[in-house]
Amino acid sequence: MKSYIIKRLLLIVPMLIGISFIMFVIMHLAPGDPASIRYGLNPEVSESARANFAEMYGLDKPVLRQYALWMKRFVSLDFGRSLIDDRPVISKILSRLPATILLQGVSLLVIFCVAVPIGIIGAVKRDSLFDKATTVLVFAGYAMPTFWLALLLILFFGFRLQWFPVSGMAPWYTAYLDGFGRVRDLLWHLALPVAATAFGGLAALSRYSRSSMIEALGENYVLTARAKGLTERRVIMAHVLRNALLPIVTIMGLTLPALISGSFIFETIFAWPGMGRLGYEAIMNYDYPVVMGVGVIATLLTLIGIFLSDVVYALVDPRIRFEARR
Amino acid sequence: MNTRVIFGLFIVIVMAVIAVFAPQVATHDPLAMDLSPEARLQAPSAGHFFGTDNLGRDIFSRMVYGTRISLSVGLIAVFISLVIGVLLGGLSGYYGGWVDNLVMRVVEIMYCFPVFFLIMMVITFLGPNIANVMIVIGLTSWAGLCRLVRAEFLTLRERDFVSSAKVQGVSDMRIILRHILPNAMGPVYVSATLSVGGAILIESALSFLGLGVQIPTPSWGNILTAGKNYIDYAWWLTLFPGLAIFLTVLSFNLIGEGLRERLDPKLKERV
Amino acid sequence: MAVIFFLTAAVLAAAASAVVGGGGRSRDAYVSSGTGDARVLIPLFADDATSGSICELVYNGLTRVDKDLETAPDLAERWEVRDGGLTITFYLRKDVFWHDGEPFTSRDVEFTYRTILDPASGCPYISSYQDIEDIEVRGPYEITFKYSRPYAPALLKFGMGIIPAHIFSGIDDIRGSSYARAPVGTGPYTFSRWEEGRYIILDAYQDYYEHEPYIKRYVYRVIPDQAVQFLELVSEEVDSMDLDPYQYLYRSETEEFRRRINKYRYLAHSYTYIGYNLKDPLFKDRRVRKALSCAINRNEIIEAVLLGLGEPCTGPFLKGTAHYDESVEGYDHDPERARKLLERAGWIDKDGDGVLEKNGRAFVFRIATNQGNKVREDVATVVQSQWARVGVKAEIQVVAWSAFLDQFVGKKNFQAVLLGWTIPVDPDIYSVWHSDSMREGGLNFISYSDKRVDGLIEAGRAEFDPEKRSAIYRKIHGHLSEDAPYTFLFFPYATPAVQKRFRGIEPAPAGIGYNFIDWYVPEKEVKYRF
Repeated sequence: MKSYIIKRLLLIVPMLIGISFIMFVIMHLAPGDPASIRYGLNPEVSESARANFAEMYGLDKPVLRQYALWMKRFVSLDFGRSLIDDRPVISKILSRLPATILLQGVSLLVIFCVAVPIGIIGAVKRDSLFDKATTVLVFAGYAMPTFWLALLLILFFGFRLQWFPVSGMAPWYTAYLDGFGRVRDLLWHLALPVAATAFGGLAALSRYSRSSMIEALGENYVLTARAKGLTERRVIMAHVLRNALLPIVTIMGLTLPALISGSFIFETIFAWPGMGRLGYEAIMNYDYPVVMGVGVIATLLTLIGIFLSDVVYALVDPRIRFEARR
Repeated sequence: MNTRVIFGLFIVIVMAVIAVFAPQVATHDPLAMDLSPEARLQAPSAGHFFGTDNLGRDIFSRMVYGTRISLSVGLIAVFISLVIGVLLGGLSGYYGGWVDNLVMRVVEIMYCFPVFFLIMMVITFLGPNIANVMIVIGLTSWAGLCRLVRAEFLTLRERDFVSSAKVQGVSDMRIILRHILPNAMGPVYVSATLSVGGAILIESALSFLGLGVQIPTPSWGNILTAGKNYIDYAWWLTLFPGLAIFLTVLSFNLIGEGLRERLDPKLKERV
Repeated sequence: MAVIFFLTAAVLAAAASAVVGGGGRSRDAYVSSGTGDARVLIPLFADDATSGSICELVYNGLTRVDKDLETAPDLAERWEVRDGGLTITFYLRKDVFWHDGEPFTSRDVEFTYRTILDPASGCPYISSYQDIEDIEVRGPYEITFKYSRPYAPALLKFGMGIIPAHIFSGIDDIRGSSYARAPVGTGPYTFSRWEEGRYIILDAYQDYYEHEPYIKRYVYRVIPDQAVQFLELVSEEVDSMDLDPYQYLYRSETEEFRRRINKYRYLAHSYTYIGYNLKDPLFKDRRVRKALSCAINRNEIIEAVLLGLGEPCTGPFLKGTAHYDESVEGYDHDPERARKLLERAGWIDKDGDGVLEKNGRAFVFRIATNQGNKVREDVATVVQSQWARVGVKAEIQVVAWSAFLDQFVGKKNFQAVLLGWTIPVDPDIYSVWHSDSMREGGLNFISYSDKRVDGLIEAGRAEFDPEKRSAIYRKIHGHLSEDAPYTFLFFPYATPAVQKRFRGIEPAPAGIGYNFIDWYVPEKEVKYRF
């Protein structure tokens, strides 16, 4: 098992290289020289200020040289400084990352707690009303433009009913709230963003849980257990569930990339102060260093998610666990 | 053919007809503004089925023309990804070896990317217009198809009819194109149909963010953007375009699922 | 007896203070909202609106602008302009302290301006101070600036916030220092917190030289969506916002709103215009430009896009000031005149397709505007239809801001643009209209070059007498209107809304925020108690 894990870990390296190369190429597609971006149409900015700037960012060196510099920085996670406020990109990203992780984490939890039971129950009570109803919902989930769902949630629960806040993560007076108040307020702010984010993942995971469960239910050992006279419930809980959960859990790791991808649009709609919104604003402002930084970190997170799901898979799948003992 | 597939087909055909006959279906000129105060931000009525926007333009007519955008982007983007996916998947599955390794590495990298972010970046840099949107979506969604085609080719190339063709000295190209490919297309059609919905979702998200179709050309996504400013009182700007996107994507998905059930009910369900 | 006396006095004093102004003790918080976060809280480098407005509260300049847009003293008690404007001496206040307790002296002023003038610091405003030849300090409260040539805008430019020498002296990279995110100034508010992308909190400075502001806390909340800002305003989570035309005219007309919230309206210090690339053969002919201007119906645009919340603009100065010549007529909506002018310039619709041609070429061009500004996009749409009525076909290009700056403006790769300018308080328009500014990176990207206007601009820069100076600018106004290198469109109104509990707001040409330190909330209506 160890060798499996190490192998998977090592594979990450060439991936990162490939990814960094692709990102570098893309950045150089971009029009707009950063000096104009920095100073824009400000009637007061002088030319010397602009020329200085180009030198500071090494924009005048040949492309290959720039790539070499980029790789060096990539490895040390030094993405330079934001073109907008000169702060080191990595500290900007790190200050926003917790908010994104919080939102993704809670969404993942909600997805898991809702989708898996739906799928499993649907498999057990196949073709029942429940199953049929949830199937309809799942199809709806696949087809739903989630940013539209977010807008609808904002419209109903935010504007019309005013049950939940529609913007931001915590109010400015959060420092004056006691611990309990702070948590409650945070949950309130999480409600709508999580609902919107989780909805998309629900469809896929519940579908997968259902089919995994169906497959597990069809295995021979189930017939055996039933023949032995065990109650249906015991059969399910003790045997089938464990085997069905295995692939489900590994899929969880793959839901993470989808969540990260979606974070750019959800965080923007809900003004959630996370990395996704930072990335969107950076793209709009042509803040190259930040765009690169966010792209790399997002990819890293995705890779970690995939890796984690590989690890869990290795831990749980006996075939891999015992592979070394041949 | 169950009811679901029929429903899906019906919607798609209706959408296609609307798109083709847009000038006839639309009740107003989608670009015509009516700047008088009563005409602006009107709720749905007999004169304006879906209401008007802040410049007095008829939303129904704008959505009718938006159908053209959504359908053409969906179909063309998927076509592009189909071409790339089939090509790479076929070569990879047939030849194996370093070709396979290379292609699979690239596919893995594509899976790791925050694809939407990538698309946003590229569109911003290349300039937001409908052609770029189609191309970029096509260029980023071929990975799944590639894997599928490769898997099919891997099984198919071991079959008898292939070995006999080889023995007869038929060229590789011919074998791929004439013998293997037609047999591999089943699951590809399913996947492609299911991808159209995804492409439409991406296009509308991009237009919503201002990175897709540019004003004043209407697209379902950019009507939603306009609606966001008036979300609390011009609900029609938010409801109808979203509903249209939802229905269209749902329909393509239903057709795709129907195709899948037809072609191979034993196939694992899409994850 | 004495006890009763003192108690009564205390009660009366408290009552009096509750009625008159803030009465010494500042209270409550003021929560403002905006769509963009600040970027850098050092005035020398603040080039976005949010950073600028936060800096106004945290720092002071030598001078400032009063409610009538006149220059008034700030850190400088008084000044002397000698030698025809070549020497300006400032006599500084002696009772000012930095937020960290250190005294403010001429050393800080000298440090600030030497930093600005040093190209290595990368201060974007360096061109406003380039004519300063020498800085002389005489004692801790007197400083003299020597100019190489008279520069009339100088006094207003000395409104630049002063930064503390004792903090920044040793620091190389001022802009990237931690103080850019935790500023120390002499202004009415001290810095408390900045949560990136979320909010900034400032506290009233008790030892502010004028008086401690009556509002204890100033909070700026970043809310990127105006509809959400409105929701927050109505639910009292936010105390002020800038309303958009719909919100101003309709959404705020409910009983509920009017009972609790005030709204204000004054001319904003900006104007929107259409600029023509004068190097493009289409726009070289003045008759064509005049025709395009006549074909536009400004009033229709203001009605349609701003819902009437704006005024037509005919020149690059702020209406209502002495520099703006109200008698300049500009171009009234006159499609007939437009067609005649175009015909005389050789543009006729021979083939009856609704679009004019000349020498086989149709009158088609691209007008570009920047993304993210809904108002401009709508204006472009309306203008497009107005031009279509006289046979001119314009294609709208909405471009991301930076691609815009580089491609279109920097490389002058454009035909027409729809943009806006902020109108600085000082009327000097050298950077936009002088032929020197046509070089690459300059703001005269339409390539306007007129010797008379050049001369007038130079004269205006050197004229210290206010009346003579205004007369010069009025002349420029006339010339620019006649030449029509831009079609000047409109000045929008600024339409802020503020919760009623804030008293002391007096709209003036400078807006409503100029006397923020005098705003107060009566004791009974205080919302945030700390």
